[in-house]
Amino acid sequence: MAKQILRCAVNDEAVEVLVQPYATLLDALREDLGLTGPKEGCGTGDCGACTVHLDDQPVASCLMLAMQARDRAVRTIEGLSKGALHPLQEAFVRHGVPQCGFCIPGVLMAAAALLNEKPRPSEEEIRYGIAGNLCRCTGYTKMVTAITEAAASMPQGASSR
Amino acid sequence: MRRFELALPRSIDDCLKILTERAGEAKVVAGGTDLLPQLKNGLLTPRCVVDISGLAELRTVQRADGQGLRIGAAATARTIELDPHVRSKYPALAESGALVGSVQVRNLATVGGNLCNAAPSADMVPPLLALDAEAIILGPKGQRRVPLTSFFLGVRQTVLAADEMLLEVAVPAPGPRSGGHYLRHTPRRELDIAVVGVASQISVNDGVCAKARIALASVAPTPVRALAAEHALVGQPVTAALIERVAEVAVEAARPISDQRGSAEFRRHLVRVLTRRTLTTALERARADRRED
Repeated sequence: MAKQILRCAVNDEAVEVLVQPYATLLDALREDLGLTGPKEGCGTGDCGACTVHLDDQPVASCLMLAMQARDRAVRTIEGLSKGALHPLQEAFVRHGVPQCGFCIPGVLMAAAALLNEKPRPSEEEIRYGIAGNLCRCTGYTKMVTAITEAAASMPQGASSR
Repeated sequence: MRRFELALPRSIDDCLKILTERAGEAKVVAGGTDLLPQLKNGLLTPRCVVDISGLAELRTVQRADGQGLRIGAAATARTIELDPHVRSKYPALAESGALVGSVQVRNLATVGGNLCNAAPSADMVPPLLALDAEAIILGPKGQRRVPLTSFFLGVRQTVLAADEMLLEVAVPAPGPRSGGHYLRHTPRRELDIAVVGVASQISVNDGVCAKARIALASVAPTPVRALAAEHALVGQPVTAALIERVAEVAVEAARPISDQRGSAEFRRHLVRVLTRRTLTTALERARADRRED
């Protein structure tokens, strides 16, 4: 089967890469572009470990064909923040949120998308915002604390980037 | 994942041509949230997958000159959930969109996919049935309109022929003093599949029911309307006692199975409870409705 040319933006850079027609976006990011931040947990959209932003909206990259990202802007955890850590990442480090760490890139991308939409989310809104992310270490309480703290530390209305 | 070719049509005509040429071996993908898991586990083995997610004209939710909504087949659940007009005038539909998967799934999952995948538990279907929606289907011989009541043939089966595609869903305006509500029961609050889902839409005139629609999910091979329950409402002054009686009647429309999500008996119980609750809220909304059209 002939490969196809995927042209899109990944972490603010124009990308041109050959992909199999049946490759998922997650496959292309990890295998072809070397961006191994997004993880494959379940491969069926249940766990959220593969969460990336597509045109600033969180999506499960394991449920998308790579070619469906053509002409669109993809952001992975590697591109969440330029240079320094993102306030969410800082708060996650401060609170020791990661345990095994496998779910964390997805959680951070879901949380970043939430804060873009709701700069000061309530606890209920935070829990709803990361409802699509499973943490098998079950470290949800610290996530909520860290996201709340990060939100408070970010200038209201400003972009998280 | 099984191997397949991927077609990327640039127009609806293009798409139709591919479907005609590859009839029987092509499968349309929009969001992919139902299709990709089935491609990954080998439940589906199409030789060709046709991606319609790039067709911008299929991704919109438009107001049709005060005549209701036209929802493109590739409009996402997230669009339905957040669209201000849908939220204010078609609350049951907005509520059902917000219940589809997680936000990561809702940004991909589409209305057309929810319909064409034809799961008995599809959340956005009962509100659309309760709103008298129609499927606009395009094939080599042109367009045809199919009421959603006739769209589903069985579990994962619809009236769509191999060379046809769902173009959009037409939702008539509910008319004055109308209200709707959708509820489902799931053991978990998020990311679960309805054990039972119920949508109610009711119009009232001076306290009397002018029109009623009740649609049920996950209680039969296809989503179904509770016709006898609807008839029991029309022309009657709507009271709590009547709603309670109508909820009992709605149970008769359910032909549930017992499975790991719930027993048939539990599902019948849920139909009664959710019908009562959705009708009660729909009635409150109908009374508060001040729509012009």
